[in-house]
Amino acid sequence: MSDVTRMTAAQIAGLIASGETSAVEVATAHLDRIAAVDERVHAFLHVDREGALAAAADVDARRSRGEELGPLAGVPVAVKDVIATKGIPTTAASKILEGWKPPYDATLVERLRGAGTVMLGKTNMDEFAMGSSTEYSAYGPTNNPWDLGRIPGGSGGGSAASLAAYEAPLAIGTDTGGSIRQPGAVTGTVGAKPTYGGTSRYGLIAFSSSLDTPGPCARTVEDAALLHAVIGGHDPRDSTSIPQPVPDVVAAARLGATGDLTGVKLGVVKEFAGEGAEPGVIAAFRESVEALVKLGAEVVEVSCPHFEYALPAYYLIAPSEASSNLARFDGVRYGLRSGDDGKRSLEEVMSLTRDEGFGPEVKRRIILGTYALSSGYYDAYYGQAQKVRTLITRDFTSAFEQVDVLISPTTPFVAFPFGSRTADPYQMYLSDLYTIPTNLYGGPAISVPCGLSEGLPVGFQIMAPTMADDRMYRVAAALESAVGTLTPPEL
Amino acid sequence: MSTTVLPSYEDATARYEPVIGLETHVELGTNTKMFCGCPTEFGAEPNTQVCPVCLALPGALPVANRAGIEATIRIGLALNCDIAEWCRMARKNYFYPDMPKNFQTSQYDEPLCTDGYVDVEIDGETVRIGIERVHLEEDTGKTLHVGGATGRIHGATESLVDYNRAGIPLVEIVTKPVPGIGAKAPEVAKAYVTELRDIIRSLGVSDVRMEQGSLRCDVNTSLNLPGEEWGTRTETKNVNSLRSVERAVRSEIIRQASVLDAGGRITQETRHFQEDTGDTRPGRSKETATDYRYFPEPDLVPIAPDRAWVAELKASLPERPSVKRARLREEWGISALDMQSVANAGAVELIEQTIAAGASPAGARKWWMGELARRANETGVELAEVGATPAQVAQLQALVDEGKLNDKLARTVLEGVVAGEGDPAQVMAARGLGVVSDTGALQAAVDEAIAANPDIAAKIRDGKVAAAGALVGAVMKTTRGQADAKTVRDLILARLS
Repeated sequence: MSDVTRMTAAQIAGLIASGETSAVEVATAHLDRIAAVDERVHAFLHVDREGALAAAADVDARRSRGEELGPLAGVPVAVKDVIATKGIPTTAASKILEGWKPPYDATLVERLRGAGTVMLGKTNMDEFAMGSSTEYSAYGPTNNPWDLGRIPGGSGGGSAASLAAYEAPLAIGTDTGGSIRQPGAVTGTVGAKPTYGGTSRYGLIAFSSSLDTPGPCARTVEDAALLHAVIGGHDPRDSTSIPQPVPDVVAAARLGATGDLTGVKLGVVKEFAGEGAEPGVIAAFRESVEALVKLGAEVVEVSCPHFEYALPAYYLIAPSEASSNLARFDGVRYGLRSGDDGKRSLEEVMSLTRDEGFGPEVKRRIILGTYALSSGYYDAYYGQAQKVRTLITRDFTSAFEQVDVLISPTTPFVAFPFGSRTADPYQMYLSDLYTIPTNLYGGPAISVPCGLSEGLPVGFQIMAPTMADDRMYRVAAALESAVGTLTPPEL
Repeated sequence: MSTTVLPSYEDATARYEPVIGLETHVELGTNTKMFCGCPTEFGAEPNTQVCPVCLALPGALPVANRAGIEATIRIGLALNCDIAEWCRMARKNYFYPDMPKNFQTSQYDEPLCTDGYVDVEIDGETVRIGIERVHLEEDTGKTLHVGGATGRIHGATESLVDYNRAGIPLVEIVTKPVPGIGAKAPEVAKAYVTELRDIIRSLGVSDVRMEQGSLRCDVNTSLNLPGEEWGTRTETKNVNSLRSVERAVRSEIIRQASVLDAGGRITQETRHFQEDTGDTRPGRSKETATDYRYFPEPDLVPIAPDRAWVAELKASLPERPSVKRARLREEWGISALDMQSVANAGAVELIEQTIAAGASPAGARKWWMGELARRANETGVELAEVGATPAQVAQLQALVDEGKLNDKLARTVLEGVVAGEGDPAQVMAARGLGVVSDTGALQAAVDEAIAANPDIAAKIRDGKVAAAGALVGAVMKTTRGQADAKTVRDLILARLS
């Protein structure tokens, strides 16, 4: 049999269901691949070989008993380390949570287990999901399988790289400002940010509560949709979870794969169609738009005048919420505790713990957010940013009165070399220029590979109205059918 | 300060006008915590009523308890407040180890209930206390500092935290400033907290026990010269009883007057009431107070109480305790002072139910305010938990009225009831108690007593009827108290006439 690590999740599930291979064989192949290449890629912070093989054996046992298995039963999945996994280290790539083993599973992990997927381990990321390159992981960066000297995007660089390195066919990411989509773009993989509230946040270590959205990462649009369907849907443990079923994203992806977009109206975001992006990115984007027109789509230009304020608004709202969300890491109940020598005061121990436990980007954002919420500055910063958020939402709603989906490049640049943007935080923040508006609005968006620029992948972003996640899958699958998937060089 | 001569209270209030304000925290009696499913029982082993949510484990999320929101709205309605059509919870950010998230989920500029009032009676005069707001928040854990001399964090070698209380719903009720009450300020403060306690108890949403901390009160006090602007206020915490509310205001008025008399100025600060000395001591100064960086809680959806639901809650409010007390006072024919004692003892409903079960108002009140109140007091339990039900008390009184029990026997029977031996009739049967109505047996006992006490018998024959008491006592003794004293007396007099 050909190498299962090169197959899609749908193909793997089919082979397991038909008995042509076993879940244990599939898990073993992926664990072996991780053992062979992860030293160079560093996509994983923790590999749960034992747990994966046990879960796989369970799927095989259920199949042999004739039990009905779900569409992803036996398929391996990598989970971003910001998601709580019972008994398995969960650090959010931070020193402050080194060795912490949650006593509970996140809702989406429960659903992954319930669907019979096989969790391989926990993937690397920027600390607490703050970053666009994984360079802010406390445990060292992840290397992009397309060029090991370049970043894999962030914060979910580990999840995206695990796919591009064929270590896993599926992965879970979280998207607060683009942390699923931008890594997808720069690794030539698919990453979808569902509608906010369409996937449960229960068990996701919070960065910015009003923006954080867990979602699927895969190498094909259909695989992403299959994973989305497993993890999505209402969760009573998350107050902001939407009490409605997820739209049929799998059917939409399959419809799109037929390559017919007749009657679908695409809106090119005027403000994002050129400015600030690398020429190769713009070129790949324009070629893809032409390909979509050939499939029958109608393309119009749409103006979203407030999108230019999205980045500054985001860098007030997200750090403000983060400054409060991260207050619980104080060394009292779990994780790192520094300087508790019996002489220092509680306050000193808390300060030392946080000083030692948090990395530079996390500290920067805590300070930023603390300042923005301070008495006397609140209205000018946090309050003003919330007004901008409302205006951006209006831009989206009026745009969706004219078109079915909005399109743009996913990120202005292809994977950049390590160290090239860490000196100036703003240069790093620009990575998320095109992805952030969606988070502020709360709608879904997907990044799908659309070609290469200087030999590196370029991502194409499709944004849809809230709870119309199916629309973006249809367009994404159609684009995929036209331009094909990307294959990275051998490691 | 120690050398300062304090003015008398009368002197202080003759020259300065006090303005008071009260912030009251009420722990709701919901079955589960405000944002998770943990139980709320008081007194459990430390850290046994906790879960990922109330321990603030990474990734855990809150979900609001509908019962907590409903209770808050009912309190708001009972205090004549407007109920918000849409409001949000807010995060109050500060670091403290008994607060797992290092922020308290509370409400800031969008409280659930606003702009109400409570009327209290002082010497037959009605004082209206404005209610600024009623909002919902969560309680913190409890910290125990070990190894220090004071039990406070300073000097402690170890601090232990119990998170059982963390996340229990709390309602904060804030009054508007209350000016123009002069020397009655302490009394008004006490009357307000009493009324508030009674109202909340009548709603059944909290047991409102100050000694257990389910009702906590902070008292704001300021003084100003007549015609001048209100003075700087202090906030007195640690006021743990109704009596302390009164004492705290009184002592703070005297203290502030002495500072002002000496030409000083009042510092805006938090002070702690000292139960033993009755005065207040400074706590942390508000001038160095934390910036709480409030912002709307993004983990919880806004609260938008349906108008029909609010109307339904309003329609189903119980009778206001003050109105109810006035009505019952009339029906029972007792004085305002007696009614106050009944209310203070927590006996209003018990007596009401006993009357409903057939007892006379006087009979019902006698047992609850007498024997049972004494027992509750001695054993330190609430009257309602003393061990007797209104139905049992009504039955007891009926047995007395029927002449089957005399007063002394009834007390013995009640003892059995409280001890869990059953209803009064069952206790009577089991213990062989009951008035002896067999006149043959009684007559024999009377004759025996006369024969044994010839001197006394002679006196009675001579017309000294008062001497019969001694013979009655003798008969009661031989019948082990199971005779009706009046019957015995009649028999004695008949025999010796």
